[in-house]
Amino acid sequence: MRTEDLIDRLALDPPPRFGFGTAFMTATLLGILVAGGVFLAVIGIRPDIGRAAESARFLFKFVATVPLALGALGVALRLSRPGMAAGGWRLVLGAVPVLLAAAVALELYQVPANLWQSRLVGANAGFCLILIPLMAIGPLALLIAVMRRGAPERPALAGGFAGLAAGGIAATFYAMHCPDDSPLFVAAWYSAAILLMGVAGCLAGRRFLRW
Amino acid sequence: MWDQGLEQEWADLMRMALAGDSAAYRRFLLCITPHLRAMARSRCRTLGAPDSETEDIVQEVLLAIHLKRGSWDSSRPIGPWIGAIVRNKIIDALRRRGRRTNVPIEDVMDTLAAEEQAGGLAQLDIDSHLATLKRRQQDIVRSISIDGDSIRETADRFKMTEGAVRVALHRALKSLAQLCRIQST
Repeated sequence: MRTEDLIDRLALDPPPRFGFGTAFMTATLLGILVAGGVFLAVIGIRPDIGRAAESARFLFKFVATVPLALGALGVALRLSRPGMAAGGWRLVLGAVPVLLAAAVALELYQVPANLWQSRLVGANAGFCLILIPLMAIGPLALLIAVMRRGAPERPALAGGFAGLAAGGIAATFYAMHCPDDSPLFVAAWYSAAILLMGVAGCLAGRRFLRW
Repeated sequence: MWDQGLEQEWADLMRMALAGDSAAYRRFLLCITPHLRAMARSRCRTLGAPDSETEDIVQEVLLAIHLKRGSWDSSRPIGPWIGAIVRNKIIDALRRRGRRTNVPIEDVMDTLAAEEQAGGLAQLDIDSHLATLKRRQQDIVRSISIDGDSIRETADRFKMTEGAVRVALHRALKSLAQLCRIQST
């Protein structure tokens, strides 16, 4: 087939109905709904939420998970478009470990050393490692599916950020349930669960996002 | 990478194309093709690949640009977007070459001889991929591109609705791009 013939054929194919940005946003919202559905069906909000909402430790969990989800979503979106750098979202994402380290330092300063271990281990560590990935699978699948419409130059990297985003969304829900509010617990177990999703996203990206 | 006025013109055409103007889209593809070809040819020469591979790369790039056109953010310059797609497809072509060098020389000689017998026309990858598509898709692709038929005439000929022809066309294009990619991995 001559190249001009190919062009004639391409020109007859109508344009996509939705822009990539709209599709990505839709997939993200659907992912949040799916994770929220699993959350309500399987664990639900902790009973003492009213009292917890007044505690700085409880609130800090969202200061870590929400920027993580937003930053990773922003980076994943930009990496899905050829010729774009990760941009300012990287800074939002980069702030998360800094915030977490500061909170850990503050916790170690405030809490006597003999309580460190029980704060770190908490009551629900195994739960956290299972439930965050369980709630993250839906959003990750939706993000990878929508990113197939994009064209990431580095598929594994883009997929990895989608995984972190899905982990961040799931962790935000999980934080409403989990009674362990210490930054020590969050830094150890939430991070482990979210990084696990990052690795899963990398693998999914390498497999499904090549084009 | 390219002249700014040129990129501006391409971006305007692509915006119209995304809004559904197929004539503007055709013009966009025709405008960028010589530039894609120049890039592909210079890459092939630097890497010692035969010129015959240039046109395969150009067609793969056009398919990728076509299928991924929604991923261009229309508020941004189009040059870097096109550049990234070309780069990606040239890497694919390199991988393919890397693998091809493992083919025993006798096989290559056979292939070369066979191609020459076929009338000296360059055998493009896209033609061999086309041959592996479903019968109906092949017929539609050939009918439209080679005979220059419009969607309407093709629909009449195959007793299909125009919508069904469009869907078959779109699927065939996706499969072609997929086949190009599989061959590279």
